[in-house]
Amino acid sequence: MKPKGRRVGGLIGLIGFTVLALTGCDSPKYWPVLSPQGPVARSEYYLIIYSFILMLLVVLAVFILFFWVIIKYRARPDNADYVPPEIEGNAKLETLWTVIPILVVIALAIPTVAVTYKLVYPPKVEAATAKVVGKSITIDVISEQWKWVFKYPAQNIETVNYVDIPAGVPVNFQLTSSGPMNTFWVPALGGMEFTMPNMDLRLWLEADHPGSYLGRGAQYNGRGFAHMTFTVNALSPTDFESWVKSVQQTAPKLTQQAEAQINQPGLVGKLTFSSTTPE
Amino acid sequence: MHGVVNWAVHFFMLDEGPLIWLSDFLIICASLGIVVVLTKFRLWKWLWDEWLTTVDHKKIGIMYMIAAILMLFRGGTDGLLMRAQLAWPNMHFLSADHYDQIFTTHGTIMILFMAMPAIIGFFNVAVPLQIGCRDVAFPYLNAISFWLFFFAALLFNLSFVVGGSPDGGWTSYPPYVENQFDPGPGENYYLVALSITGIGTIATGINFLVTILRMRAPGMTFMRMPMFTWSVFVTSVIILFAFPVLAVALALLLIDRDFGSHFFTVNGGGAPMQYVNLFWFWGHPEVYIVILPIFGLMSEVISTFSHKRIFGYSAMVVSMVAIAILSFVTWVHHFFTMGAGPGVNSFFGVSTMAIAIPTGVKVFNWIFTMHKGRLEFKTAMLWSLGVIPNFLIGGLTGVMLAVPPADYQYHNSYFLIAHFHYTLIGGTVFGVFSGLYYWWPKMFGVLLNEKLGRWHFWTFMIGFNICFFPQFFLGFMGMTRRMYTYPAGYGWGVVNLISTIGAFLMGVAFIIFVYNILWSARYGERDTTGDPWDGRTLEWATTSPAPHYNFAIIPTVKGRDAWWLMKQNGESINGPKGVPFRPIHMPNNSGRPFIMSALFFIMGAGFVFQWWILAIVGFVGVLICMAQRSFEYDDSHYIPVEEIEKTEAAAGRL
Repeated sequence: MKPKGRRVGGLIGLIGFTVLALTGCDSPKYWPVLSPQGPVARSEYYLIIYSFILMLLVVLAVFILFFWVIIKYRARPDNADYVPPEIEGNAKLETLWTVIPILVVIALAIPTVAVTYKLVYPPKVEAATAKVVGKSITIDVISEQWKWVFKYPAQNIETVNYVDIPAGVPVNFQLTSSGPMNTFWVPALGGMEFTMPNMDLRLWLEADHPGSYLGRGAQYNGRGFAHMTFTVNALSPTDFESWVKSVQQTAPKLTQQAEAQINQPGLVGKLTFSSTTPE
Repeated sequence: MHGVVNWAVHFFMLDEGPLIWLSDFLIICASLGIVVVLTKFRLWKWLWDEWLTTVDHKKIGIMYMIAAILMLFRGGTDGLLMRAQLAWPNMHFLSADHYDQIFTTHGTIMILFMAMPAIIGFFNVAVPLQIGCRDVAFPYLNAISFWLFFFAALLFNLSFVVGGSPDGGWTSYPPYVENQFDPGPGENYYLVALSITGIGTIATGINFLVTILRMRAPGMTFMRMPMFTWSVFVTSVIILFAFPVLAVALALLLIDRDFGSHFFTVNGGGAPMQYVNLFWFWGHPEVYIVILPIFGLMSEVISTFSHKRIFGYSAMVVSMVAIAILSFVTWVHHFFTMGAGPGVNSFFGVSTMAIAIPTGVKVFNWIFTMHKGRLEFKTAMLWSLGVIPNFLIGGLTGVMLAVPPADYQYHNSYFLIAHFHYTLIGGTVFGVFSGLYYWWPKMFGVLLNEKLGRWHFWTFMIGFNICFFPQFFLGFMGMTRRMYTYPAGYGWGVVNLISTIGAFLMGVAFIIFVYNILWSARYGERDTTGDPWDGRTLEWATTSPAPHYNFAIIPTVKGRDAWWLMKQNGESINGPKGVPFRPIHMPNNSGRPFIMSALFFIMGAGFVFQWWILAIVGFVGVLICMAQRSFEYDDSHYIPVEEIEKTEAAAGRL
């Protein structure tokens, strides 16, 4: 699967290359959507590339026809006497350009529906890593004004504006919001999902290997919106285990004071606590 | 005393810095200038008699177009301010608050106070002429629609210098826009102004639906109607189904904010998601409300300048109806990421893709209208042709967005921004310019300059693509909409800079356009024939500008492209020689639509600032106006035969 995806990805990369060269950046870090770092982002990426190629074919066909017609039939001094024929229509041609788009839509709809259903479930766990941390972990995400709070109910720890996850393990993010809506988006790992007050939406993400990825909210929610970013650190499962242990042992408990500060609208840095408040 | 001064300084936003001071200064200068000119040249009576009280659809159309161009300037300036702020990482040109207000007003103005009046302006300019009648079905209501829009736009723009503009985005999702997070008056301006203009739009929908159903010239069957009239008919139906939903959504939110109810506040048991559904149940059809008339217009323009009839007329009609129906079953694609199940997302994904099918039929029919034609690239034609490649890119990226799993990555990113600007500018704005160049002679009796028009077109076209094409890449680079700033190091800086350069090129193009209007008014070629393009539909049969009564004798239609047929058969619009004129029944002018809308403005201001006495005064005034209208029995007059003969003789049509 992988090499084939890379090959078709080359097409989009070719176009992106011009811009890349201009920006002087060559790292996939700058193109998070086009360099997926996990199975969820990858299946979305394949669909993006597939739909792009389908659409590119349509664009090319129409552009060629369009420019051919407007160049060939333009008014010139030498065709000044030409009287265009009055043509009512052409049932065969019109059927043709109704049927072809229908086929294109079908070709796009089938994988679309398949992947839409697939993404509801956790990505398949790689057996080796699954043994270490269990089949998956659950993290509660709450968007506050203007910060991201992450709660690990099983581990009883809480972080703000960063989240550590084990690599190779599906993570079940359960999303909610304390006030205005937002979206939880880590483009390198997969598409976004809304956070809404009094709602529990769910987003499965998984990182292939250790690394650090930028996340942000995409739904505008006021003054601090542009600064509402967070970091996702994917650690190897053993590193993750030791991170959890060290937080449990060394990080301060979540005090009422700290909680009040988080609930206030405003910006804070990265914070770590060794307890969480039940919701 | 000190308290009053403080209040006034805050109320008139004098503590907000030079941007506001400059605006205040310009507003005062412009207002004084208008008053001085009107007084000096004794134009007050002329203004009142000819314009403020008119019920003539052609004049109302012109006022809509002027307002739309002014609002394009306002919304465009907003756009340039935003692009200036984003041109480079860590800019400090605008604060977060100002940026938030500017993107909100940019979106709202461009959709509701620029695109809507522009297309409704074209309804007024062209439809009654195209179907061979003398006015719309309800001329008085038409004036009310215009003045409601006008005063709503005035109220909305006032927010920039009085009290503060809305900052919740043009979609205005609760709970952010509830009082708790977004205290007034900005958001109130949004809700009240949109409600007022929405009343006018619903009335317009009814008006043109009835006009097209009931007032077509004899012989003009449905399948002989010009494409533009067809598109207006379909659009009017969409307006009637969509706008009441917006009215409900806005009213519920306004009640939340002004009276403390909890329709959308979570703490009170409300459901913000419900607002999102209502908003997009209007919002998605709305994009077809502003594009379908453009499709109709393009069909006219392309057919006229190819000197061929439209290819596949029936298919064009069927595809418009199909688009209209499908437009109501796709609204969920605006929030695939809001947690609907895979079944719902799949359904709305596929229904969205399906819209590409009828749209594709239209594109191919346009191309085959040109096939074997003799294409004249007048400016109007250039703009219509410009729609095809640009709208194609916008439409096909729309299909890419309709794939839910891919949309999870595009949602609210710059990919989306690029997509909808390709459809709204590459479709609607290009189309509006096409229509302006096409119908300008019919509106004013003057042709716009072709050479300046080409400069306008190419500068805009190039600027537009430089501005928005890079934004597709910004989406893949993870940039989201509505960010007022971003740090260095993401590689976004250069791409944004390119985009900003393109935006300013569009600004230059706009200046060329305005110069073209001024130049042409003075030196432009006069349209003495009434038919400068060798047109095909009935609006080109009458003089430019058309007389008050449009047609001295209502024409009889014998087929599609009625005027073209008449020309082929050597017929005159006034029928065979010697057919006597008869007195023409026309509605009287009335100042009441203007006054009533001004009272709506007063009531609206009361709701914005929660000054209930003002709101009640305005409301009672509106009721009194309605009551007066109910007792008005003598509201029309006859134009005597002598006057018609005089007018027709002056136009050389006897």
